[in-house]
Amino acid sequence: MSDSHYEALPYHTLTDEEYEKTKKLLNRAPNATELAIFSAMWSEHCSYKSSKRYLARFPTKGKHVIHGPGENAGVVDVGDDWVAVFKIESHNHPSYIEPFQGAATGVGGILRDVFTMGARPVALLNSLRFGPLEVPKNRYLMEQVVAGIAGYGNCIGVPTLGGEIVFNEIYSKNPLVNVFCLGIAKKDEIVTASAGGIGNPVIYVGSKTGRDGVHGATMASAELNEATEDRHTVQVGDPFTEKRLLEACLELIRSGALVGIQDMGAAGLTSSATEMADRGDCGIEIDLAKIPLRDASITPEEIMISESQERMLLVAKKGREVEVAAIFERWDLDVAEIGVVTDDSIFRVKKADALVAEIPVKALTAEAPLYDRPVKEPAFQDMLLGLQVEALPEPKSYSETLLTLLSSPNFASKQWVYQQYDHMIQNNTVIPPGQGAAMIRLKGTNKALAMTTDGNSTYALLHPYFGGAIAVAEAARNLACVGAKPIGLTNCLNFGNPERPETMWSFGLAVEGMADACTRLEIPVVSGNVSLYNETLGLGIYPTPIVGMVGLIDSAALIETPLTPGFKAPGEKIMLIGDTREELGGTAYLKMIHAQERGYPPNLDFEKEKSVQAVVRKAAAAALLRSAQDCAEGGLLVALAESCLLSPSEVGGKVEIDAPSFRLDGFLLGESQSRILVTVKPEDLAALHALIAAEGLSSTLLGETGEAALQVSVKGRSRPLMRVSLDAMKEAYENGITDYFETHSGSRRRLNDNG
Amino acid sequence: MRFGILVFPGSNCDFDCKYVTADVLGEPTTFIWHREKKLPEIDVLIIPGGFSYGDYLRAGAIARFSPIMDAVVDFAEKGGPVLGICNGFQILTEAGLLPGALLQNRSTKFICQWSALRVESNQTRFTHLYQPDELIDLPIAHMDGNYYLDAEAVADLEKNDRIVFRYVSKTGETTPAANPNGSIRHIAGIRNKAGNVLGMMPHPERAADAVLGGIDGIRLFKSLQHPWGKS
Repeated sequence: MSDSHYEALPYHTLTDEEYEKTKKLLNRAPNATELAIFSAMWSEHCSYKSSKRYLARFPTKGKHVIHGPGENAGVVDVGDDWVAVFKIESHNHPSYIEPFQGAATGVGGILRDVFTMGARPVALLNSLRFGPLEVPKNRYLMEQVVAGIAGYGNCIGVPTLGGEIVFNEIYSKNPLVNVFCLGIAKKDEIVTASAGGIGNPVIYVGSKTGRDGVHGATMASAELNEATEDRHTVQVGDPFTEKRLLEACLELIRSGALVGIQDMGAAGLTSSATEMADRGDCGIEIDLAKIPLRDASITPEEIMISESQERMLLVAKKGREVEVAAIFERWDLDVAEIGVVTDDSIFRVKKADALVAEIPVKALTAEAPLYDRPVKEPAFQDMLLGLQVEALPEPKSYSETLLTLLSSPNFASKQWVYQQYDHMIQNNTVIPPGQGAAMIRLKGTNKALAMTTDGNSTYALLHPYFGGAIAVAEAARNLACVGAKPIGLTNCLNFGNPERPETMWSFGLAVEGMADACTRLEIPVVSGNVSLYNETLGLGIYPTPIVGMVGLIDSAALIETPLTPGFKAPGEKIMLIGDTREELGGTAYLKMIHAQERGYPPNLDFEKEKSVQAVVRKAAAAALLRSAQDCAEGGLLVALAESCLLSPSEVGGKVEIDAPSFRLDGFLLGESQSRILVTVKPEDLAALHALIAAEGLSSTLLGETGEAALQVSVKGRSRPLMRVSLDAMKEAYENGITDYFETHSGSRRRLNDNG
Repeated sequence: MRFGILVFPGSNCDFDCKYVTADVLGEPTTFIWHREKKLPEIDVLIIPGGFSYGDYLRAGAIARFSPIMDAVVDFAEKGGPVLGICNGFQILTEAGLLPGALLQNRSTKFICQWSALRVESNQTRFTHLYQPDELIDLPIAHMDGNYYLDAEAVADLEKNDRIVFRYVSKTGETTPAANPNGSIRHIAGIRNKAGNVLGMMPHPERAADAVLGGIDGIRLFKSLQHPWGKS
């Protein structure tokens, strides 16, 4: 084929320079199928060509880490012969184009990443970003994304334990769907995605290959515009097949007949075959005539890059093919021997006797382009940081301010969402969704795993370094609040177009902030995913680094009586551990009450953060705490309100603070980091004080739990600053989201067809 | 007491049921694969929750044609106790072992939550360890749990004391808000005429362990474990 024709080929997205490079690597021009293979493997999604040089900054080692980044999911030792296997991944583009299937197949993909490692998935979380619910399209996206997640997770029988949802105008055209999965396995059951053993059979299992998702990886590596909203690029999920695939794969792994296995995820057969060959330093030869197809007219290029779901590629031990086939047939799944492991380090694709593609494996992997993209601080950055605090009026009524915050979808109860998720299946859920970190027990041990996802994109917009660092710190703090010690982290870095220098500027800083926080807090990064090109029609998202973190609880007492954020009983002391400064920049209060997203976000002192978390973990282990609540978005006032709202016994609180040396709204609604709100029985106060003093931290005794209301007073003032009944708070909190989806008596927002 | 648990390829509460019968109660428990044609030697059969064959058509509609179902019907007709939970209940209605049908929830959404129930009949081999009219909490987790039966047939169930569980408020009233899925007359579980087949949407196997938030479900399994027991 002459060069002038390559641009007209349907499945290529290479730049001219990249195309020239393929010619050099092959010593000839690539044919159409080869070009499709190169395009998929060199796409941003598969090659990480813009981000790789930054990701090297993450600390990935730790004494408990068994497999770090590079495998399908990270593996961390949790003791007693068990390992935790986890990863977070994005499915942003597909979820905007076709929200139900986009979200569903996101769940399907992350589940496969975990069970291909030999682990049984035991928990799912998700981190979602949507535009404001006043806009009908956003309600549609949210309703469908939630239904898609529910439909997949509920059917396959893995509990969805929550996560987080944030609403901001910036996500109207670029909603984010990040899905996290945690699996567990016995240490010796872990397998990896490496091919090996010359002459071993390469076997295809699972669903038949169709045209769905053709172009998926390259679609996810470009900005969206009206023309790219092609629904056929989105895959269709089948959780029933995935359930059978899950059981069959785990059976196969336990049988010992397996060498390596990988999900056919992004870029399907192409990436699974080449990546397995790459890891095993060998070649793979496959025959397209043997692939189970849905439609005989599908072309070789389409077969190679189809992203039909619920498919796996595996290498088995020679001589055990019949045994492998029997396992998959028992589960009514297609199984076909499609190729063989070779010693020539070449990825060779045939169709019966015809040669279709022949590419050195390393040309697709190690030789993939790497970019050091230009970096530039955005021109508007200084303007964003400028915040004139003096110009902001303080709230006339703190009660009303609190109720406004509680009723906004960002703070309102997410029960409407998580009651659509089966969060109890598998009989392990100790802390259900909606209470900070979720917790599952490990049956047969005295251990439990806590998990959370966190990320604040307003902070990351204003100051990418602190935005990245605080995402890590806050996740770890949420784990400390249930008494868990972080054992590993996975991240999903959602950014705009990397070809814009401003995007790479924020990307680099956010990674640096996360990496520093991980290093200082001693939490290894074991897996992750980068999602770039989150732009539609030229409008990009805020930098949105999301952290998924897993913590270990090693105490039967903290499983039997878990530490949760709700107040437990009247007459207990309310205490704030950590320091409060006047930090109003980037706060939820500033955005929601004053309609400004600007200023310096809160500062983060790593040593102080570490100490605060250590104190709370120690106090939890010593059974000194009755409740613990991260004091973050919404500040102290929202933390106090949430502790009332999450009280299992309708307990409120009466708080009296010293008049601060700075603005009162800064004290009550500022978002100083490294603070945890706790309650303690009066008789345990001295012991808790001793622990706090030993760490050199300060704390403030705020008041006492009591009747079903939240009252805040300032010392020296004759009347309380505010008093809100629990009922009023509940009204705001419980209807904040449902009002947009259900009309019910008392609904404050009347919905009509125009929204 | 030998428990058997039916496993369809899309069953997903099979392990949870086994956890209760084998690990919590310590009874021998066998999984029974859907392709079998005969049941092994068992005393109680459980049809667990899940999505039997994906349930893309109608929950339980394909499962009733499964190879094992003839043996299940036979076991039930001979008086063997059969407990269908959630998808199991749906399959029992599809198979004609229980009357009625489970429609989509009134909200058209999947619902997972703790629900208050009243034990309407403790005169069954499944519920004899509960008090009459006892209020209990069990989790529900389903998309199609809206039980329907025509008025005459419901009256017949009521007359013959065949309604075993009803959704109620915390204080035991059948208020509209206490009905999570729109089931007719708040029905959450029913038995067959002979009393040896129980179908219920709530999940007793998820409430058998204090650490998971409630233990009101364990007495259902203990009732089966100790047919003549008092505790």
